[in-house]
Amino acid sequence: MKPLVFSLRAKPDQRLDLSPLVPHLLAGKTASEIAAIALGMTRHAVTVGDAFRVKMGDPQALRIEGSSDRLDLVGHAMRDGEIVVEGDVGTRAGRLMSGGRLVIDGNAGPWAASGMIDGTLEITGTAGDRLGGPLAGEMAGMRGGVVVVRSDAGERVGDRMRRGTIIVEGRSGAYAGSRMLAGTLVLRRTAGALPGYLMRRGTIVLGEGCNVVSPTFADCGVHDLVATRLLADFVRPCSARAAAVFRSPLRRLAGDMAVLGKGEIFCPAR
Amino acid sequence: MRQLTSKGVRIDDTFAEAFGMRATALIITADEARWARQAAVTMTGFGTSVIGCGAETGIDRELTPKETPDGRPGVRVLLFAVSTSELQRQLQARVGQCVLTSPGSACYASLAGEEQLKLGDGLRYFGDGWQVSKRFGDKHYWRIPVMDGEFVCEATTGLTKTAVGGGNLLIMGKTATTTLAAAEAAVTAINAVPDAIMPFPGGIVRSGSKVGSKYKSVRASTNDAFCPTLRGAVATALDPDIGSVLEIVIDGLTADAVGNAMRAGIAAIVKLGPKRGAVRITAGNYGGKLGPHHFHLKDLLP
Repeated sequence: MKPLVFSLRAKPDQRLDLSPLVPHLLAGKTASEIAAIALGMTRHAVTVGDAFRVKMGDPQALRIEGSSDRLDLVGHAMRDGEIVVEGDVGTRAGRLMSGGRLVIDGNAGPWAASGMIDGTLEITGTAGDRLGGPLAGEMAGMRGGVVVVRSDAGERVGDRMRRGTIIVEGRSGAYAGSRMLAGTLVLRRTAGALPGYLMRRGTIVLGEGCNVVSPTFADCGVHDLVATRLLADFVRPCSARAAAVFRSPLRRLAGDMAVLGKGEIFCPAR
Repeated sequence: MRQLTSKGVRIDDTFAEAFGMRATALIITADEARWARQAAVTMTGFGTSVIGCGAETGIDRELTPKETPDGRPGVRVLLFAVSTSELQRQLQARVGQCVLTSPGSACYASLAGEEQLKLGDGLRYFGDGWQVSKRFGDKHYWRIPVMDGEFVCEATTGLTKTAVGGGNLLIMGKTATTTLAAAEAAVTAINAVPDAIMPFPGGIVRSGSKVGSKYKSVRASTNDAFCPTLRGAVATALDPDIGSVLEIVIDGLTADAVGNAMRAGIAAIVKLGPKRGAVRITAGNYGGKLGPHHFHLKDLLP
């Protein structure tokens, strides 16, 4: 069956809340019902029909065509099905998603995958700051699922992450894995300063090391561990490039000793 | 008893009576196949009979690096017990004492079941707080720091409540040598059958037992009807040409696995023939009233 397509008419005048456009909320809706869904975030009402040309199809396979960093909350709390965005999106893409597959064929703004529970999110371009991180006041960030960023990511990737896996194929900003509670980060290229800042538990893998390592991480030597093989096998289907990081033994740094110190950073042995 | 004959080997028209058991399967890996094998052999030691060992254990088969979760050589082992709680106790004790301790080992679940037994979930406490939990997709592992690196152990393993224990073949030959040759041929054939093990030494039992004894405190005693040296003194089950009897006991994850194993064993014994091997095959039962699974030899002929 053909996908349900939303084509952006023009750059929106205001930020749009796309959270109603997820498969389980669109199931069973008619074309007119879909066109009437409100997306505006200001006093000026904007509906789906105003912003998008809609081509009806299977709501389990949504396609959003057109690129704007004003498209917020794409795939918010999605449970199943697939959403493919052909272009950039705004903030909080895939926030609280608990299943299905979200593909952003472009760049994503900050807080993508924020509080994600399960499912997969792929961003072919760059991701903004606080990928997977919590919003202000929340205790934990990402809680499950897999996020793959094909290009670079901003600061604080995996902030307060509790479970799940984030793979960044490009470079990542400072404080990657800050305040991590658990989970796994694989950063293929150079990371910014102080990865694992105040992390309690969890695993960060740095394919090319980082600019500055915190002095509160303790060198535990170079090891070839079974666990990194299992991780490599898990990462490979999502990103063969990131899985190549595990080809040689890695140095294990334990930390952050400023807090609990049960986390770890793996980096190249040299 | 009515008998059938297949290529000169007499096969009794009787059945093996088997019982329902609880079981699980594990994969043990190591850097080298011999160390995976060593961990598996140690872990399945003293696991011949639930009567005295708590569990019946054995190696199902060896696995190539491609067949294991971590890409290292491995061995699949099966554990059988009479209750879920006893199986859990045996699993914990055997993996904790024999696999955790073996150089370079790792341990994974090898059975999907609706109910789970604790594997790493129990052993993780050995890590004294330094254990690390990792979830990769739907897999959950524990990493426990040990002196040669880390012991990786899957958190849980599946439990089956429909396993079958006590499938058996009684192999009768003219001499001890030919009987053993037939039993060994059967063991080799059954080793190739998946999901089934033979828990006794090398797969063979020479001391088949009957229920009860003349002594009050003894629950099982020698099966005098099959002892060649008592042939004239008791109501013997042996023909005049039989000088030695060996038994193969089979436990399987399913009734089909036990049936397939018995079929493979009978085929191997028949193939060896009465001159070099066994002259007669029978099976042990309790009249059919105790065990729910009956494996009739006539249905398992080659």
